[in-house]
Amino acid sequence: MSAATQPATLDQAIEMGLRPEEFEAIIGHLGRTPNFTEMCIYSVMWSEHCSYKNSIKWLKTLPKDGPHMLVKAGEENAGIVDIGDGLGCAFKIESHNHPSALEPYQGAATGVGGINRDIFTMGARPIAQLNSLRFGALEEARTKWLLEGVVKGIGDYGNSFGIPVVGGEVFFDESYHQNPLVNAMSVGILKTDRIISATAAGVGNPVYIVGSATGKDGIQGASFASKDMTAESAEDLPAVQVGDPFQEKLLLEATLELAGTEAVVGMQDMGAAGITCSTSEMSAAGEVGMDIHLDRVPLRQDDMEPFEILLSESQERMLVVVKKGHESEVEAIFDKWDLHAVAIGEVTEGPNLRYFVNGDLVAEVEAHNLVLGGGAPVYEREYEEPAWFKEVQQFDAATVSVPTLEEAAAYAESLIELPNIASKQWVTDQYDSTVGTAHRGANRPSDAGVVNVRGTNKALALTVDCNARYVDADPFTGTAIAVAEAARNISCTGAVPSAITNCLNFGNPYNKEVYWQFVHAIKGMSAACERFQTPVTGGNVSFYNQSTLEDGSTKSVFPTPTIGMVGVMEDRSKHMSLDFKEKGELIFLVGEITDCINSSEYLASLRGVKRSPAPHFDLEAEAKLQAAVRAVIDAETVRAVHDVADGGLFVTLLEMGMPRGLGFDIVTDSDIRLDGFLFGEGQGRVAVSCTEDQQDAFLDLVEAHGVPVVLLGHVTKGKMQVDGHLFGYVEEFRNTFDNVLAEEMEA
Amino acid sequence: MKFGVVTFPGSNCDMDMVHALREDSGFEVVQLWHKDHDLQGVDTVVLPGGFSYGDYLRSGAIARFSPIMTSVIEHANKGGRVFGVCNGFQILCEAGLLPGALLHNASRKFIARDQYIAPVSRTAPLTADLDPTVARRIPIAHGEGNYFIDADGMKALEDGDQILFRYTDESAQANAWSNPNGSLGNIAGVANAGMNVFGMMPHPERAANDDLGNSDGLAILLGLAAEVTA
Repeated sequence: MSAATQPATLDQAIEMGLRPEEFEAIIGHLGRTPNFTEMCIYSVMWSEHCSYKNSIKWLKTLPKDGPHMLVKAGEENAGIVDIGDGLGCAFKIESHNHPSALEPYQGAATGVGGINRDIFTMGARPIAQLNSLRFGALEEARTKWLLEGVVKGIGDYGNSFGIPVVGGEVFFDESYHQNPLVNAMSVGILKTDRIISATAAGVGNPVYIVGSATGKDGIQGASFASKDMTAESAEDLPAVQVGDPFQEKLLLEATLELAGTEAVVGMQDMGAAGITCSTSEMSAAGEVGMDIHLDRVPLRQDDMEPFEILLSESQERMLVVVKKGHESEVEAIFDKWDLHAVAIGEVTEGPNLRYFVNGDLVAEVEAHNLVLGGGAPVYEREYEEPAWFKEVQQFDAATVSVPTLEEAAAYAESLIELPNIASKQWVTDQYDSTVGTAHRGANRPSDAGVVNVRGTNKALALTVDCNARYVDADPFTGTAIAVAEAARNISCTGAVPSAITNCLNFGNPYNKEVYWQFVHAIKGMSAACERFQTPVTGGNVSFYNQSTLEDGSTKSVFPTPTIGMVGVMEDRSKHMSLDFKEKGELIFLVGEITDCINSSEYLASLRGVKRSPAPHFDLEAEAKLQAAVRAVIDAETVRAVHDVADGGLFVTLLEMGMPRGLGFDIVTDSDIRLDGFLFGEGQGRVAVSCTEDQQDAFLDLVEAHGVPVVLLGHVTKGKMQVDGHLFGYVEEFRNTFDNVLAEEMEA
Repeated sequence: MKFGVVTFPGSNCDMDMVHALREDSGFEVVQLWHKDHDLQGVDTVVLPGGFSYGDYLRSGAIARFSPIMTSVIEHANKGGRVFGVCNGFQILCEAGLLPGALLHNASRKFIARDQYIAPVSRTAPLTADLDPTVARRIPIAHGEGNYFIDADGMKALEDGDQILFRYTDESAQANAWSNPNGSLGNIAGVANAGMNVFGMMPHPERAANDDLGNSDGLAILLGLAAEVTA
């Protein structure tokens, strides 16, 4: 008996990350003790990363149904939204946090590769990418190393793969010091009659592995992603995969060529847990089995054990079930693109997956028992409101002095120097944003990335959003705000929000307070998604994001449920941008103005109040505001639209002025505290500019929607004035705003 | 005028170029495959941007050995027109059809942004009809676009009026601040001595369409069909 087929022990199971009760459950499934190889298979398939065992109960409560859904959450690799004209949009966001913490360049690069494969394995051609990145304090050397590596990794992979980056966010907070967050989103377009399913079917159909050869990289990456980040995590380095965007580009073209034939039954990309995961998920979905011959898998090295071949996370590979008789057609396509396409087995009646080496059976397990929704464990974790939560809600803004106009002008200057507010151009200049000749935002800056859908008059509006400080302050409200902000950004371009994907980055789920954050985030997301009619199409959960402090205690990252949203713009000639167009335009604020300074960048970074309640948020008012904004854009009664977000109204107006070097002259409201008016981040507000000719029609429409609106002032040649006080000149502010990050990084 | 756009494995601007030449410029366009030798009777061969063969070894270093390049080199040597953008420019330099070389950007970073360029050559058909005092805003997106040539080569370029474009500021002035990648003399594109092979790092095909909000590159693409003026 070889090592591969020796009976496994409980100690091995625990070392592989399983719990004793899970080991017992496996023995129950098999009716015997698993051998070593089978144990490996179970350990990755039942890891948090593959099984969602600690999150699925709550994920199932998220709204999945919407007016435009073609493929719902959990049905395939990614959800698909119907965009009309026989076209669908497949999109998904995924984390690659733990690999990026150890090896930022490869970690981020393979995150980009993985999420794009999820999209094109369905037969969709990716047309846009977005990313959401979080790091510790910028002045830390570790942060600079991570930021530099992550950005280069995303850039090198995505630029070569050739899909533009059209949006994203970068946020700094010390909670991410050891454990950065790298969330990547891909968006693709497919013909709705050409969707490729990740389902195996047809007994006797051959099973192919296509793409790159299999090596030892990334073995048990899924288990690694399901562990706490610790100071010793660097020892897990072999668990980090290595990416090759050139192979990915070839695989994309070959896959889409294959999608145009009748030869393919089903296909799934190989991400976490490689051959194991793709064979078991495809078989379970089709209620069939497979016989797989591991000795037929093209390898990069010749001394690989069966478990290594099964678990390898070598990148740029797919599993394809081919219609019997169409083998030569498939092989010709992959030969054209100089890629491997090797039959490694066939579909069987099932229910078992059988893995062979040179004809000897090395593992036999039932596909259904391995997968989420089948035999994988499902846990209900306990949760508990943290003691500090009630305390934070007691915060009284009156204890923070209200600045004078002079002081406010000084705060404005300081605000734009903060890395969270300043331009992220140092980052975005490293990403190709114009390849594909469809990204409208390259010449028309707007609140969301807007990308043409070729062959139609439509465009897609795309955004990723999450202000994790708000979620930390209040997980329910903060997550609802993340959804609302995403929908607001889409609405501000003139598009209609359609659906979301989410990337749920949290700490250790066995920590009751962390789990409390998770549960309330899900509830807040559900409430907002219901209201905006934007169902959740899928995404991923990343637990165990935390840092070990010097005293040995741990600190979780800010709870960060990143929202990726897609909206549809029916007539792209109405695409609305955010920049003031010329001097003399009138500036209005649409939505309710409040006193609120809670959880603002201003309060946290300039006034030293690190924790305060989430900012003012009213879901109903928000929905009405967004409908009004879409209506005034559709009626062509405005020239620029930009939502009030991080940094508050002052930063919003500055951002509207900078593209054309224009300023603003506004008056505040004496009933509202000055810093709340200028820097507060109360939700549900949008700034617009319009001409005097547009003014009446604009005001009539906003009022018809029952949304408050107030005239703030007008656009100037470059001077920024508030209540008659000079705050500065746009050109000077822009100089600072554009260079803060570069100066810190190149220092 | 019939155009052929070559697809190498790793080309990722090939379809952008096809769309820009066919839909925005109104030319007849066929697609050419790197494993073929047949140029399908095209008048102008276009080598698009991307990362041909993964840009392993050095940008463009492997692509020059592909089967189609044998035919492209023959075509160029017989006076046929060849145009390379970004990776296409790198391939043309590697193949010896254009003088000079493209090194890593001075910043060692990939740079993707809009960049002003101004036409220089008064005799190259690509630029002869363009106003040298008007800067055009054209996207750049490259990691290796730092143009280098030795002193003799530079003199030959200047004497032969072979410099097609320089990186400039908004008012068409070439200076250190308007040089994005360290290129010698702010050179953004060159022609061969025979004035039938052209290469440039900026992407005119990404700025050829008002729907996308920038058509500064359209006149450059149209220049590909211009008659020789010299």
